Amino acid sequence: MRFTKSIFAATAVAAMVSGGALAESLTIATVNNGDMIRMQGLTEDFTAKTGHEVEWVTLEENVLRQRVTTDISTKGGAFDIMTIGMYETPIWGSNGWLVPLDDLSDEYNAADILPAMSGGLSHDGTLFAAPFYGESSMIMYRTDLMEAAGLEMPDAPSWAFIAKAAREMTDRDKDINGICLRGKAGWGEGGAFITAMSNSFGARWFDEKWNAQFDTREWSDTLNFFVNMMKDAGPAGYATNGFNENLSLFQQGKCGMWIDATVAASFVTNPKDSTVADKVGFALAPDNGMGVRSNWLWAWALAIPAGTQKEAAAKQFIEWATSTSYIELVAEKEGWANVPPGARISLYENSNYKDIPFAKKTLESILSADPNNSTVDPSPYVGVQFAAIPEFAGIATEVSQEFSAAYAGKQTVAEALAKAQDITNEAMEAAGYR
Amino acid sequence: MARAVSSQRKLLNTLIAWSLGLIIFFPILWTILTSFKTEAQAINDPPIFFFFDWTLENYAVVQERSNYMRFLWNSIFIAGGSTLLGVLIAVPAAWSMAFVPSKRTKDILLWMLSTKMLPAVGVLYPIYLLFIELGLLDTRVGLVVVLMLINLPIIVWMLYSYFKEIPGEILEAARMDGASLKSEILYVLTPMAIPGIASTVLLNIILAWNEAFWTLNLTAAKAAPLTAFIASYSSPEGLFFAKLSAASTMAIAPILILGWFSQKQLVRGLTFGAVK
Amino acid sequence: MATHHSRSAARLMMAPTVILLLGWMLVPLIMTLYFSFKKYLPLRGGDLGWVGFDNYVRFVTSSSFWPSVATTLFIVGCVLAITVILGILLAMLLDQPMWGQGIVRILVIAPFFVMPTVSALVWKNMFMDPTNGILAHLWRFFGAEPVEWLSQASLQSIVMIVSWQWLPFATLILLTAIQSLDSEQLEASEMDGANHLKRFWYIILPHLGRAITIVVLIQTIFLLSIFAEIFVTTAGAFGTKTLTYLIFQRVLESQNVGLGSAGGVYAIILANLVAIFLMRIVGKNLDT
Repeated sequence: MRFTKSIFAATAVAAMVSGGALAESLTIATVNNGDMIRMQGLTEDFTAKTGHEVEWVTLEENVLRQRVTTDISTKGGAFDIMTIGMYETPIWGSNGWLVPLDDLSDEYNAADILPAMSGGLSHDGTLFAAPFYGESSMIMYRTDLMEAAGLEMPDAPSWAFIAKAAREMTDRDKDINGICLRGKAGWGEGGAFITAMSNSFGARWFDEKWNAQFDTREWSDTLNFFVNMMKDAGPAGYATNGFNENLSLFQQGKCGMWIDATVAASFVTNPKDSTVADKVGFALAPDNGMGVRSNWLWAWALAIPAGTQKEAAAKQFIEWATSTSYIELVAEKEGWANVPPGARISLYENSNYKDIPFAKKTLESILSADPNNSTVDPSPYVGVQFAAIPEFAGIATEVSQEFSAAYAGKQTVAEALAKAQDITNEAMEAAGYR
Repeated sequence: MARAVSSQRKLLNTLIAWSLGLIIFFPILWTILTSFKTEAQAINDPPIFFFFDWTLENYAVVQERSNYMRFLWNSIFIAGGSTLLGVLIAVPAAWSMAFVPSKRTKDILLWMLSTKMLPAVGVLYPIYLLFIELGLLDTRVGLVVVLMLINLPIIVWMLYSYFKEIPGEILEAARMDGASLKSEILYVLTPMAIPGIASTVLLNIILAWNEAFWTLNLTAAKAAPLTAFIASYSSPEGLFFAKLSAASTMAIAPILILGWFSQKQLVRGLTFGAVK
Repeated sequence: MATHHSRSAARLMMAPTVILLLGWMLVPLIMTLYFSFKKYLPLRGGDLGWVGFDNYVRFVTSSSFWPSVATTLFIVGCVLAITVILGILLAMLLDQPMWGQGIVRILVIAPFFVMPTVSALVWKNMFMDPTNGILAHLWRFFGAEPVEWLSQASLQSIVMIVSWQWLPFATLILLTAIQSLDSEQLEASEMDGANHLKRFWYIILPHLGRAITIVVLIQTIFLLSIFAEIFVTTAGAFGTKTLTYLIFQRVLESQNVGLGSAGGVYAIILANLVAIFLMRIVGKNLDT
C-alpha cells in the first residue's frame, strides 16, 4: 500500500511543472460555513496547481473549536491547517503554537489584507493566521416593510429608532417579527451579540483591575432594553435562536430587521435561497449616542500548528485559499456576490465588486470596529465581542446561558446579571487575575 | 398461546398497536420523507406528507460535499471490528463465569459494569495524550480498541446470561460420553450459544455505531465514521431541514436496515438473562 | 463439576477480560486522580503544579454544582419511570394477538437504532422549532399558541427525546420476559376469576421483576452520561446542565483540565451512589 502510494507520489512530482516540492496530503480542519464548503468544492484547482492533495475535516463550529483546541494544546498533530478565529489566534500565537506567517510570497501581497483583520490575527505584530473571510455586523432590513411602516432607515441609526421601527413593523397575524436577534446560549452566538450591543450602551466586561462589571447600570440597561424590545417585536422562542435560525427566518420573510454578521448579506440577497432577496436594505449597526456602535469584528482564518511536517505545503495552501486569485476563481464560478468578503483591501477597490449592494456597508462596518478600543470606558482587554484571554470562552458561555434563561423568562434580568457577576468573578479569581 | 380471542378484540389490538407504532416511528418516517423534499417544501405550512415532487437533489448535495462511502466504511470497520474483538475476548470469560461460578462472580460482573460509569469527557485529555504517545490518533485500530473496551462489560454480561441458561446437565452428559473439553465447547456448547452470541454481536454493533464522543474526538480525516459525518451537517446556513434529513437518513439507514433484518435475533438477545 | 483443573482454566479464560477492563478502568482513573490535584490549564501552558484539594473545593462550591446533580437525577429518574411504565404497557399490548405484529414491533424498536446526535437534531429542528417545527404546526392547527419547547419546557423536552430513544430497549426486554410467562398459569388465574388488574399485579408484575431490574440497571449506566442530546438542543442553557455536561464545560469550554478531572471524580462517586441505591432497591432481583 505504502509502496504504491510512493510510486504514485513520485509520478505526481515528475508530472509537476513547478517541481521542487514533494506532493503532500494535507489534513485541514474547517467549519461548515457556506464559504468554506465552496472552498472544498474548488480544492481541485489547488491540487492541479501544486500537486498536493487535501483531506477535509468539516465540523460544526462548536465541535470544531473543541477538536482543534484539544489537538493543538496536546501537540497532537492531527491537522496540518486549522480554521480558527480572531479569538484563538492571538492566544495561540503567544503560546508559540502557530507557525508565523511572516514569510509569505511577494505575489501573495500580505499588505493587501485589511489592517483590521491582520491586526486581530497577529500577536506582537506577527501574523499567525491568514483571513479567509472577515466580517463585522450590520443591520439588514426589509425595505418594503420599512416603507409600509412609514419609516425611513438612516445610514447609521440609533437603538431608539431600531426599537421603534421594530415595534411598528411587527405584525403577529402575518407572522412578521419586527426584529430577529440572537438569543442562543454560547459565547460565539448570543454572547457575541449582547457583548457588542453592550459596548454601545457604555458597558464593558471588566474594569481595568479585571473586576466583572455586570452589577453596573450599563449592563442592566443593555439587557432590559434588549428583553423589552424582543418581547414586543421578536420571534417566538428567540432565546434559542442563533445565526442559522435567524437567517432561516429572515429568508422566509418573517423578520423586519436582523442585526448580524455582514457575510449574511450575500445569503439574504441570493434569490435561490431567499424569498425576500430583492427587498433587503443595509445600515450600520445602531449606537446609543455614546460614540461606540454595536458592531463586532471577526475573521475566520487559516493557521498552521507549530511542529507540522508539512509546513511548506500548508503555506502554499494558505496562499492559495486567501489570495486575490482565489477570489477571482470564486467570482468566475459563482459570481461576485459570493466571493469571501472582508479580508482584502483590493476587493473593495475592484470595480466588479462595487455594484454589490452590501459591499460598501460591509467595509464601513469593518472599518468602524476597533478591537483595541471597543468600550466607552477603558477596559484591560483586546476584542470587540470578546476579551482575548484564554478564560473568556468558558466564562462567556456560562454567562450567556444565564442571559438566555432571562430571555426565556425563566429568571429576571436582575437575577441573570447577579449570577453572571458571580460566575465571572469566581472564574477570574480561579485564573489568578484578581 | 392457544387462547381463543374474538376477532373484535384482535381488531382493537391491531388498531391501537399500529397507531402507537406509527407515532413512535413517526420522527424517523418524517425525516426520511423530508429528505426527498425541496427546502421550501420541507418547511411548508401546513406540512406536506406524500404529495410533493420527490427529489434526490439533497442526497446529491450531501454526497458532493462529503465522501459518504468513506465514512460508511469507517463506521462498518469500527463497529464490526470492536464487536468481534470484544466477543472473542469475552466468550472465554463469560463461559468460565457461567460454568465455573465462584463466590465473587457477581461482584466481578457488577464491577465490570461500573467501569462504564467514568464520564468520558473527564478523561479526554489523558486518553488523547495516550493516543498521541501510541500513534493511534485518527486510526481505525485505535477506535476499535477504545469502543471494544467501552462495550466489553455489556458483551460479557450478555454472554454470561446466555451461557447460564444452558443447562449444566447437558455438559455432564457430554462428559459422561467422554467428550474432551475441546469437543465439549465445540460440539455441545457452541451450537447452543450461537443465538446468544449473534444477538450480543448485533446489540454491540448498534452501540458502537452510535457512539459519538470518542469517535468524534479521536479522529480527523482518515478514521472518521458517520458520527463525524453528521457533525458537519448539524448547523449549516439558511434553510437546511431537507439536507439535514438526507444526511441523517444516510447516517442511520445502514444500521436501521441491519436492525430490521435481524430483529428476531435481537429480540431473543436482549434478555440479559431476564427470562428464566 | 468445579474441579481444581477447571477452576484454574476458568481463571485463565477470564484473565484477558479482567486485565483489559482493569487497565481501562485504572489507567484513566489514576490519570484523572493525578490531574485533579494539579492546576492544569492547556491554554496557559499545561501543567502548573500541584494544588492539593483546590479543584475539588472549587468544583463543589461552584453555583452550578448542586443544580447539575439535581438535573442529572431528574433526567435519569424521569426517563426510567417513563420507559419502564410505557415499556410494560407496550410490551403487554404487543404480546396480544393482532395482525401485522412483526411490522408493529419493527416500528416500535426503530428509534433504538438512531444515533443520539441525529435524534437530537431531528427533534430540535423538525419537531420542536417554535416556527417551523411540526409540533408548532400541530398546535396552530388546533388554534393554540405553539410551545417554545427547548426554552420554556427544556428539561421536559430533553426527557422526551431521551425517553423516545430508550423506550424501544425497555419494551424489547420486557416483551421477551412477558412472552416467557407461562400461559397456563395465566389461564388458571383467569379461571379463578381474577380480574385484569389483579392478574397484572400478582402474576405479571412479579414475573417482570428481573427484566425491570435489567432495564433500570443498563439504562442508568447510559443515562448518567447522556451528552449529545443536551449539547445539540440547549447547549446547557435553561437549567439542563447535567453533571456530565458541567464537566464538559470545565474541560473543553473553560479548558481547565484539573477542575474537570475533580468533577470527573465526583461523577464517579455519584454514579456509584446511584448504583448502590439501585442495588438496594432492585438488586435482590439480580440473583446472578
